[in-house]
This record gives sequence, C-alpha cells and structure tokens, in this order.
Amino acid sequence: MIEVISESKCIACNQCVSVCPTNVFERVVDGIPVIARQSDCQTCFMCELYCPVDALYVAPESESVIGVTESELSEQGFMGGYREKVGWGKGRKPVASHEYMYQLSKRSGF
Amino acid sequence: MAIQEQAQHLRTDVLVIGGGPAGTWAAVTAAAKGARVVLADKGYCGSSGATAPSGTGVWYVKPDERLREEAKASRYDLGGRLAEHRWMNRVLGRTYANMNQLAGWGYPFPLDDDGNQHRRSLQGPEYMRLMRKVVRKAGVTILDHSPALELLADEHGVGGAAGVNTQTGIPWTVEAGAVVIATGGCAFLSKALGCNVLTGDGYLMAAEAGANLSGMEFSNAYAICPTFSSVTKTAYYSYASFYYEDGTIVEGAGSKRGRSVIARNLMEGKQVYAVLDQAPEHLKPLLRVGQTNFFLPFDRRGIDPFTDPFPVTLRLEGTVRGTGGIRLADELCATDVPGLYAAGDAATRELICGGFTGGGSHNAAWAMSSGSFAGEGAAAYVKKLGADDGSRKLERKSTQPIVEEGKGSVKPSRAAEWVQAVQDEVKPYDRNLFRTGEVMTQSLNRLNGLWNDQREQAIEHTVDGVKAREAAAMTATARWMYTSALARTESRGMHKRSDFAGMDDNQHYRLITGGLDQLWVRPEQVRKEVVIH
Ligand SMILES: Cc1cc2nc3c(=O)[nH]c(=O)nc-3n(C[C@H](O)[C@H](O)[C@H](O)COP(=O)(O)OP(=O)(O)OC[C@H]3O[C@@H](n4cnc5c(N)ncnc54)[C@H](O)[C@@H]3O)c2cc1C
Ligand code: SF4
Ligand code: SF4
Repeated sequence: MIEVISESKCIACNQCVSVCPTNVFERVVDGIPVIARQSDCQTCFMCELYCPVDALYVAPESESVIGVTESELSEQGFMGGYREKVGWGKGRKPVASHEYMYQLSKRSGF
Repeated sequence: MAIQEQAQHLRTDVLVIGGGPAGTWAAVTAAAKGARVVLADKGYCGSSGATAPSGTGVWYVKPDERLREEAKASRYDLGGRLAEHRWMNRVLGRTYANMNQLAGWGYPFPLDDDGNQHRRSLQGPEYMRLMRKVVRKAGVTILDHSPALELLADEHGVGGAAGVNTQTGIPWTVEAGAVVIATGGCAFLSKALGCNVLTGDGYLMAAEAGANLSGMEFSNAYAICPTFSSVTKTAYYSYASFYYEDGTIVEGAGSKRGRSVIARNLMEGKQVYAVLDQAPEHLKPLLRVGQTNFFLPFDRRGIDPFTDPFPVTLRLEGTVRGTGGIRLADELCATDVPGLYAAGDAATRELICGGFTGGGSHNAAWAMSSGSFAGEGAAAYVKKLGADDGSRKLERKSTQPIVEEGKGSVKPSRAAEWVQAVQDEVKPYDRNLFRTGEVMTQSLNRLNGLWNDQREQAIEHTVDGVKAREAAAMTATARWMYTSALARTESRGMHKRSDFAGMDDNQHYRLITGGLDQLWVRPEQVRKEVVIH
C-alpha cells in the first residue's frame, strides 16, 4: 500500500491525485496532497511512476500498513526505483524498447 | 429528464464507459468514423484497469495461413471448443492491424536481430499512457474519476448514462446516441494487480437495460501470487518449484496444470512456497527486464525469487482472466439492446477462447479488437439514428434508486458488509474453484437474499454511494456466475465440477443468462462452421 509522500521532495503537482485509479489521495489547498483513503489503495504502483520527483513510496504489502520512513527508504534506494526500471523520466529509455524484451521472447516465448 | 443543479450535463454521439484498452480503442475508432465521443472512467484513463499497471502478451500472428491456423488450434480444446473460427479470424486480423497502428503512433517496440520491430507484447504503463494521448488527440472528451452508475434508456434503446465525479462530488449525465460498455471484468475486490476498479458494474448496468450475459460460469480465474503482494503476474511461475515449509516438494503443484494442487494444500492449511529455481542462469537478467513489476515486491522485501522460497496464494481474478461477459449479438459488438455495445473483458470472450484464456495474449487481443469493432458499430448506429433533437425521454435504469447526497439509505459500513458477504461466497476454493451443485446452491441462495437486501436501498451520488453500487454489481455478477455454473453439469474450460468431472458432448453449447430479481439461464448453440484447412 501507499506509505510515504516525501514532504521535502513533493512539488505539489497533484499528478498522483489525478492518476490514482482508486482515488486514494486528496488535494490540499496551498499544500502537498495527503493520503486520505489508504485502505482503498490497490498496490498498483502507478502513482510512483507518474510522480515527476520520486516523492512517493508504495510498499509491496497489499493488505497491511507496514510503516516505513523516508530516510530508511532513501538509504535503500527504493524511492523512485521503480520509475527508473520502467525507464520513465528525463533522459531515460523506456524498458518497453529494451533489447532483452526481444531476446526473452526469442528464447523463452514470453 | 430533471437535471440537478450543479450537475454536469453533456450530449454526444458515442459514450464510452471505461478507459482501459477496450474503451480507448472504442473511443479512437468511433472518433475516426466521425462521431463525437465522450469517455468516462471510474479511475483515470491511462492508469486504471487490469492492463495499465501490468503488461500483456498479445495474440499477434502474421497473416500467414499456417501460423494463423496453429494459433487458432492452440487453445481451442482447452477452451472446451466454444470458440468460433469466424471470430478468431476477425480478431487475429484486427489485432495485427492495431498493433501495427500502435507502432505508427509511436509505441516503442523492441527491435529484432534484423532491426525490425518485435510486436508481441505491450508494457502496460507505456501502452495506456500512449492510448490516453491518442484518445485526446482524436478530440474525445475524457471524464476521469467519473464512474457510471446507471444507463439511461427509452423505448428505442440505450441513450446515455449517469454517474458522479468522485473527486468533485458533482453528478454527471451524458446523453448519447450509442453507449459502449468497456468497464472490464469483475475481480470481486480481491486486490489482484490493477483490478480493484473492476467490480462488474458494466454487467449490472447492461442487464438493467435488458442485455444478456454469456459464459458466466467461466468466471473463476485464480492467479498465483506471493501471499503478501498484489502482483498476480503468473507467466514466470512456469520456472517455479513448489515446497512445503520443511523443504519437501509439493508433488504435482505447478503454474498451469497444478494450481488445483496448490489450492488443496492451502485449503488444508498447509502453506505452499514457490521459488523460481528452474530458471536457467542466462535467462535471469532477461526475465528481470521482461516484467519489472514482477520483481518489484521481491526487491523491496529483500527476497531473491530465484533462490529464496516465498509463500504463495491463489488470488481470485474472476472474469478478468475468465471469459464470461455481456452477450454479443453481432460482429460489431452490439448487445441484445439497441444502442448498447460491449467490448473487452466486459463482453464475452468465449467467441475467441471458449471457456479458458490461459496465460496472456488472447485477452489483450480481444480488448483492442472488440474495442475497435464496438467503436465502429456504435458510430454506425448513431449515423443511422440521425441527428439528436434532444426530444428523447430517457429513463434511469438502475434497480436501486440513485439519489442526491444526504438522501441515501446505505451506511458505508453496510456496503463493506455486502462486499464481505459476496467475497465469502466467491473467494473460497472449495466453493468456486472446486465446484459442486450442493455448495453452489447454498451460495446462490445466500446471494439471492443479499440482492433482495440491496435492491431497494437508495444509493447516493457520493464516493460511498459508488461503493454500495459496486457491492450490488458484485452480488449480481456472483449470482449469474453460480446460476450458469449450476446449469453446466459437466466440466469444461475453467469451469470444473467435482460432482461432474469430464466434458459432456451433449453440453457443447454456450450458456446465456440474465435477469435481475429472477435469474434465468438457457443454452445457445455454438455456430456450426466448416473448418477449412
Ligand atoms: C495481472 C494481470 C496480467 C495480465 N496479463 C495478460 C497478458 O499477458 N495477456 C493478456 O492478453 N491479458 C492479460 N491480462 C488480462 C488483460 O489485462 C485484460 O483482459 C484487459 O485489461 C481487458 O481490457 P479492458 O479494457 O476490457 O478492461 P480494463 O483494462 O480492466 O479497463 C476497464 C476500465 O473500466 C473502468 N471502469 C470500471 N467500472 C467503471 C464504471 N462503472 N464507470 C466507468 N469506468 C469504469 C476501470 O476504471 C478501467 O479503467 C492480465 C490481467 C491481469 C490482472
Ligand atoms: S499504488 Fe495505486 S492505488 Fe495505491 S495510491 Fe498508488 S496509484 Fe493509488
Ligand atoms: S505526484 Fe509527486 S510531486 Fe506531484 S503531488 Fe504527488 S507526490 Fe507530490
């Protein structure tokens, strides 16, 4: 489930409010959005992909809140890690075009 | 029709409900035929639905007669021989064209050894972000966070829908010459990847307008999934071995054929662990790139799935990876109600894969093909209908009255209880995976009672109202599911009866079902075709 919005990183663009399919976030006037309906989170990781500054963290646990802190996550390199792997963000190449996609399909049929 | 103050009211040619692959292809195709189009999504068109957070292999087969025949034959028997060659041919043709179109729109397909694009699969986030862009470019009006709650219709047929914007609280109505339902399947809020927006709303809205459903017995897909996670990506489990806690092997357990063994162990309270120890070393880096989201939960928990056993469960995906849905009455995805079209998981997929979809590819192909067929059909229907002079007297079709904020009768806690009650009937493996007449009859009786409880309740135009309406759609879906499953006294496709093992040649037909208070079910012959080799 969604666990963290980084206050220091968030630029209040409200992209996460827009893209979350289950409407977990709530816009705040003159502020950064809040996680208003955490239990509605479906752990789809889409908000992380759309956040332009890697200010969000979705924990893999889908049924329970685990309570992690931003500093722990940053240390482990988890903030923004998924977006990097998918190849979204300036100067990155989408993983969709990665040569391994073809290699994998050729060798294993996936 | 009385229009509330502070309500959004639009008039258009085609209204598409749902903005996943099926809905976006329907919208783009209808717009290309000259129709004005509005697309309403419960979540956000581009990130919502089963494809967006995931990714799909696609049934992309070059137009070579031998390859196509092989492709059609590959799942024909698994699906219980309920598919039709005519439909498979059309979907193979349209999928091929649409995938090439995606390349034209700029989807970054990988290159093969000869430098040509390799068009076999789509990364969900990339694909759906592109589809949103294309939809907007086509001039389609997108309403995000705008679940449809009910259809509008008159004696001529369906003429729009009404819902609410869950972020602003403002109700909306769209009057339209034709409506395409592309709301996806029903995964019963099981938290399978991307599926919690998929609660069977489209089935219920269509049935309320008089549409029929088909193949609702093929609605019990369960996906292997790490117990702690939502990621129901299953392809890589073909490299898995399954173990008990003490490290002994679970005999017969497997991803494709051995899921029932896993289920039986879980039912007996024995936790099963998976580890992808059959993956050859040289493939590991490729697998990691192929499905980044498969590895995400493991990486974040410090698990190496190639070497560390992790606990697994089977998560219900219902009709999302099942095949049942709204019955189609013609080749352009019209339903049995004039003005109403259906596409993607909302429509029956039996036409191309019978009672079983197996791993990927067919669903994605169906979503993009049926979406564009439906877009064409809806646009043509509107043309025939002629200009709308605004004189239609449209009625709201919801069984449950849908009322203004503050005037409803359902407490949020009540809706949550309904959801739980439906889940109790559909999730357990000994009810829905291993089916018997006795147990399904008990479930159906309780679900009928639950429907009676819900049908009179007034639903508000609010976030909580939407949840109550979802609960009703889940109840309705579960009732059609068990009604059909009880009528099919054999095992075929994914529908497995413990009390009727094996396929019965006399039941080589599809089952059509429908009704709201009183449900009915009847067989429909599969079109007899000359198979040309
Ligand atoms: C984990 C996973 C992996 C999969 N892998 C594959 C694969 O490899 N190959 C393959 O072929 N298939 C695969 N599938 C199946 C495939 O994702 C679906 O068949 C496909 O997404 C169906 O497209 P759709 O547009 O019909 O529905 P969806 O993509 O589910 O979209 C439905 C849309 O309707 C919206 N909606 C729902 N209710 C309402 C309402 N009341 N009002 C307005 N909007 C509404 C939702 O918000 C959503 O955006 C997979 C599915 C899952 C869950
Ligand atoms: S993980 Fe998905 S459901 Fe959860 S907050 Fe992010 S976008 Fe919303
Ligand atoms: S998307 Fe990121 S930066 Fe934008 S509001 Fe959300 S958390 Fe803040």
